[in-house]
Amino acid sequence: MKILAKEVLTENSGVKVTKLEILAGLVAKKARPGQFVVLMVSEKGERIPLTVVDTDINKGSITVIVQEAGFTTKLLGKLKAGDSLYALTGPLGHATEIKNYGKVILIGGGVGIAEIYPVAKALKEAGNYVEVILGARTKGLLILEQEMRSVSDKLHILTDDGSYGEKGFTTTALENLLKAGKYDLVYAVGPIPMMKRVAMVTKNFSVKTIVSLNALMVDATGMCGGCRVNVGGKAKFSCVDGPEFDAELVDWEGLEKRNRVYIEQEKHICNLYKI
Amino acid sequence: MRKEPVKVKEKEASARGANFDEVVLGYSEEEALQEASRCLQCKNPACISGCPVGINIKKFIYEVTKKDYKSAYFTIREKNDFPSICGRVCPAEYQCRKACVLTKKGEPFASEQAINIHFLERFVGDYGVKNNLEIPVEKDAKFANFKVAVVGSGPAGLCCAGELARRGIKVVIFESLHKSGGVLRYGIPPFRLPRDILDYEIDYLKKLGVEIVPNTIVGKAITLEELFADGYSCVFLGLGAGVPAFLGVEGENFCNIYSVNEFLTRVNLMSAYKFPEFHTPVNVGKNIVVIGGGNTAMDAARAALRLQKMQGIPVNTTIIYRRTEIEMPARRLEIEHAREEGIKFEFLVQPTGFSGDEKGFVKKIRALRCRLGEPDASGRRRPVPIEGSEFEMDCDLAVIAIGLSANQVLTSATPQLKTDKYFDVVVDPNNMETSMKRVFAGGDIVGGEGTVIEAMGMAKTASNAIVVRISE
Repeated sequence: MKILAKEVLTENSGVKVTKLEILAGLVAKKARPGQFVVLMVSEKGERIPLTVVDTDINKGSITVIVQEAGFTTKLLGKLKAGDSLYALTGPLGHATEIKNYGKVILIGGGVGIAEIYPVAKALKEAGNYVEVILGARTKGLLILEQEMRSVSDKLHILTDDGSYGEKGFTTTALENLLKAGKYDLVYAVGPIPMMKRVAMVTKNFSVKTIVSLNALMVDATGMCGGCRVNVGGKAKFSCVDGPEFDAELVDWEGLEKRNRVYIEQEKHICNLYKI
Repeated sequence: MRKEPVKVKEKEASARGANFDEVVLGYSEEEALQEASRCLQCKNPACISGCPVGINIKKFIYEVTKKDYKSAYFTIREKNDFPSICGRVCPAEYQCRKACVLTKKGEPFASEQAINIHFLERFVGDYGVKNNLEIPVEKDAKFANFKVAVVGSGPAGLCCAGELARRGIKVVIFESLHKSGGVLRYGIPPFRLPRDILDYEIDYLKKLGVEIVPNTIVGKAITLEELFADGYSCVFLGLGAGVPAFLGVEGENFCNIYSVNEFLTRVNLMSAYKFPEFHTPVNVGKNIVVIGGGNTAMDAARAALRLQKMQGIPVNTTIIYRRTEIEMPARRLEIEHAREEGIKFEFLVQPTGFSGDEKGFVKKIRALRCRLGEPDASGRRRPVPIEGSEFEMDCDLAVIAIGLSANQVLTSATPQLKTDKYFDVVVDPNNMETSMKRVFAGGDIVGGEGTVIEAMGMAKTASNAIVVRISE
C-alpha cells in the first residue's frame, strides 16, 4: 500500500487532479477495466472508492487518479511518494464487458476521463473502432490527452469556455456523432449531470449506453447498501451490482441527492482540519 | 428457602447514553459465588443440552463455587473459545437458561429464577482474560507442514482458526475489511461488547501463530483455486450473512434511510460517533425510527439514541415491529435496556412507505397497524395488516433492521460451490464440508442468521473435520 509515485496532473481554477501509483500486488494482478478499489488514508479515515486506471503486474502496482474535491481526497493528495496508505482493498465491482462491439463512443468528463481510459484501451485492443469525446471546463483541466489519443481512432475535445478544442458540451458532440453514423455502444463517465444528459441523448438513438456510477460507499462489498441506487425501478448496490449500469434505467435524481447526504459534515471537517 | 437470583450490576440508565461505554458491568467475585451457589447441580443437567456447543455448565459452575476459576475457565474453553464474548452476547434466555430446571415449563424464555449462567460465564471468561489464562497448546508435529486458509474473521472464522492453531496447524485468516472481528466489530456496539475484550481474543489467536491478512477479498483478489495452489490444504469459509434486506416499499431510497448494517458499520467499525476525530460521518435525526425486532434493531436504536444525546438532541427514537414484544427475536436484556434508556416501542406496525422533502431527505414514515393471525413457518403468529389503519409518523432518520442474507461475492465467483435458494452454502452437517472437497463452511453463511455461539459450534465441527482430513 506504499505510494510509489505521485504526479499532479492539473491544478487550475481551484481544481486539483492527482495521479498516484500504489503498491498493491494482488489487485494489480486481478483488476480488470471498470473495477475499483476502496482505500483509507489513515486509521481514522473514511473508506472511499476509486477506479483502477492502470495496473503494472511486474511492479505489482495500480494507478488511481483522484480529483481533490472532498476531505478524504484532499488528505490523500497530501501524501507523498514513499508514504503508505492505511488500507486498500480490491478489485471491486464487476469489470466492463470487453468484446468487439464494432463502433464505440467513449465520453469522459473532468476526472471521468481517467475512468474511461482503461476501458477505451481494452476496447481498442478488442478490435473496436474507438471514438472518444473528452470534456473539460477549461484547457488547463484537461487530463490524459496523450494517453487517450493513443487508444482512440478519433478524439474530440470540448471545453466549456472554448479555450481548447471545440467550445461546447460533450453531449452536443455525442448527438452530432449519433446523427451522422451508427454506433454499437456508448460508454460515459463524468459528473452526474453529464451522464444524465448522455442518457437523454442516446435514448433517441437506441444505442446501448453504459455509465459507471460514483455512489458513496462504506465497505463496498455489498454489506451496507449505502450505495444503493434505483435502476429500472429496483434498488441496486453500485458496489456489487455495478458500478456500471444501463444509463437509461438509472434514477439520476435519486443518486444525485444521496451523494449529497453528508455535505454539511464535509464542510465542517474541511474547515476544522483547514484542508 | 430458595435463594434469590443475583442481579448483575449495570450502569444507571441515566448515566448511559452520551457514550458507548459498556452497560452491563458483570458480577463481582462475591456476586458470582452467590449466584453459583444457587445452582442445584442437577443429576441430569438440562442446561447443557440447551447450549449450542454443549459447555459443561454444571461443572464450571461447581468450580466457581470452589473458587477454582482457573478450572472453570478451562472447562468452558473445552467447548467455547471465547467465553468473555459469549457471556456478553449469547441469548441465554433462549438457550441454556431456558433449559435450566428453574425455568417454569412452557415459558417462552428463561424464568427470572433460572441460574444466570451467562453472567457466570462472563465472570469466568473475564477472569481468564485478566489473568492471561492460556489454553494448553497441544501442537502436533505431524501438522507442522500444513496450512489452512480461513475466509472471514467473524465468530466462525476466529473460532476455527483458534481450534486449528492450537493443534499446531498454520492458519491464515483473510478478511475483506481493514479490521478483524467481523460482526463482532462492525455489528455489535462497544456498549455491548467492549473492544478491548475483542482485541484481547484476536491478539491471543495471533500469539498462537494465526496470521490475519486484512483488506483481502477471497473471490476477488484471490480465488479458492489459487489458495489451494498456494499450498493450503483446506479452506474454511466463515463469510457471514452480510447483505441487508430492505422493505421494498415506496421511498426507501430517501437520504437518511439506512440499512442496519450501514448504520452500525459507520458507528462501530468506522467510529462515526467520534466524528470528526474519525472521518466517517453518520447522520442523526430528531425523530429516529428503527424497523425490526432483533438484536441488531436494538443495537441500532440504542446507538441512535446515544448519538442524539451526544449531539444534545432531545431523545426520540422509536422501534417499530410488526409483531408484539413476545415474538421479538432480540435478547430480553437488550429490550429491557433499550426501554430503560428511553427507546419507545410501537408494536403491531408494518411500514408501507416513506415520504421526503425536495432535497431527498426522509420526513415521514407511513405504516399499517396489524393484528396477530395464525402462526407462520417460524412458529410465530403472523402479523396481519388491518385495512384502513394506515397512519403517518414523523421520521427524519430510519434504520431498517429486518434481516440479513448471504453475501455472494465469493459464491458467485466460485460456481463449483453449491448454494441453496437463499444463496447460503450447502454443507454436510456432520463435518461442515461443502460441495467442494477440502472446503468447509460455518456460521451465518450456512443456514442464515444465527447466534455467535451457533457459528462457533459449526466452526468447531469443521475444525475437527479439517484435522481429520489433514491426518488422512
